[in-house]
Amino acid sequence: MTSSAMPPVSPVSEPQAATDAAPGTGPVGTLLTERPPVTATTGPMIAIDDVSKWYGDFQVLTNCTTSVTKGEVVVVCGPSGSGKSTLIKCVNALEPFQKGQITVDGTRVADKKTNLPKLRSRVGMVFQHFELFPHLSITDNLSLAQRKVLGRPKAEAEAKGLALLERVGLKAHAHKFPGQLSGGQQQRVAIARALAMNPIVMLFDEPTSALDPEMVGEVLDVMVELAREGMTMMVVTHEMGFARKVANRVIFMDKGEIVEDAQKEEFFGSPRSERAQTFLSRILSH
Amino acid sequence: MGLGLAMFSNFDFSVILNSWRYLFFDGMAFTLTLTALAAIGGVVLGTLIAMMRLSGLPVLPQVAKAYVNFMRSLPLVLVIFWFYFLVPYIGQWIIGSERPIQVGAFSSSLITFTLFEAAYFSEIMRAGIQSIPKGQSAAASALGLTYWQSMGSIILPQAFRNMLPVLLTQTIVLFQDTSLVYVLSITDFLGAASKIAQRDGRLVEMYVFAAIVYFAICFIASLLVRRLQRRVAIIR
Ligand SMILES: Nc1ncnc2c1ncn2[C@@H]1O[C@H](COP(=O)(O)OP(=O)(O)OP(=O)(O)O)[C@@H](O)[C@H]1O
Ligand SMILES: [Mg+2]
Repeated sequence: MTSSAMPPVSPVSEPQAATDAAPGTGPVGTLLTERPPVTATTGPMIAIDDVSKWYGDFQVLTNCTTSVTKGEVVVVCGPSGSGKSTLIKCVNALEPFQKGQITVDGTRVADKKTNLPKLRSRVGMVFQHFELFPHLSITDNLSLAQRKVLGRPKAEAEAKGLALLERVGLKAHAHKFPGQLSGGQQQRVAIARALAMNPIVMLFDEPTSALDPEMVGEVLDVMVELAREGMTMMVVTHEMGFARKVANRVIFMDKGEIVEDAQKEEFFGSPRSERAQTFLSRILSH
Repeated sequence: MGLGLAMFSNFDFSVILNSWRYLFFDGMAFTLTLTALAAIGGVVLGTLIAMMRLSGLPVLPQVAKAYVNFMRSLPLVLVIFWFYFLVPYIGQWIIGSERPIQVGAFSSSLITFTLFEAAYFSEIMRAGIQSIPKGQSAAASALGLTYWQSMGSIILPQAFRNMLPVLLTQTIVLFQDTSLVYVLSITDFLGAASKIAQRDGRLVEMYVFAAIVYFAICFIASLLVRRLQRRVAIIR
């Protein structure tokens, strides 16, 4: 299938805002029990402004500029090695960058005065290889950072972890260790672990690409629900079905540059750049 | 007939029966205490050195590396010896007191073994830390854990568990090495055995017995380590 022959994208309703639930009283089935505490009232949640990054002489990112507004779901795609992971890791300062600026909820991530652990605790991140802590039980995986970073009491942290575990359908596995779960289950725990910190935004780096095909769906379902509840999300993925379903915008990267940054309908309908067209046709043909 | 046989025919093992309390309650107790304390101190210091080495900060890695290489290129006996005789004077020089600082033989040997073994333990812990996938510290950072929280709760517990069999094997080597404190005339197990041997003129019996005891303890400990190895592995 070529991109020009693609069926028109049916208009998908904007992600609905989550029901206004008071902390801890959210209806069963919601992932966001608390409204994320956002401080900036105006401006985008994530602003990436003219960011460039080098590994030695090799330039990984070239003048990347984009933004993600509150409640928006932005999918980042592009060929392997195009810098998607690097860009998303710059957002929570897991990777430093040499030029440009990134702000999250109004806070500059590269500012020396920024309290990075505090900022990072408000930005959830889900990794390709889950990165659960294998020496800790699922319960401890979910409660450790709540206790150490947010200072929540043990009982409260564990209750919160358990509630989220129930939402992702894994309550019965609380006492197990990560190695005893399947990949899809581990990734759902990883999402719950990030949500337990009450993040204001969630970053996903190819959350389904290390999974066996039959487990992709269960993880995407959780992500779709999260998007529908109004979470601000930046998602690196090649799952175009997910992008069509919940994304507001799609960013296409190639060789460290943001080649295309378009509304979803526009991106899937008629990508402007040739590189994006080629990429789309290749990825959609199998 | 050979001298050997004549000696064996004169074997008198009653010397062991008469002295076993002294050998074990004085000698072995000292050996085990020194081994345990030096192992704990060595692992703690070694872990800090390994963290310095991997810190990526300026200067610290070079300092750590120089320390490890220096310690590993010295014979342990020399370190024990020099430390015992030199440190009182170094201490005197540092705090500018009138007389050499008195460091007891036990404290001196404990400090020596801790500093010496730290070099070896640091290499083990360095390998252990490096064996943890990069994604683990990334995930810890992404959750907002600080460097020390991440080390304390995520990286070191895994590294320690992965390396526990190797650390224990190194501790068995340390157990044997503690016998070198005889140069300070300390009554460790070997020291106690040799004192009895000299006093009663029963050199062969005592040294044979000491060898058997060292062998038995190390052999059994190695077996236990191997069994433990299978049980502590983290499932990924
Ligand atoms: N630590 C590093 N040192 C040097 N080069 C690196 C490093 N990390 C990544 N790179 C290079 O930077 C480029 C971008 O890497 P990145 O992981 O961001 O790509 P990606 O778009 O996420 O690719 P993939 O789809 O394979 O995950 C690649 O060419 C990669 O080889
Ligand atoms: Mg990547």
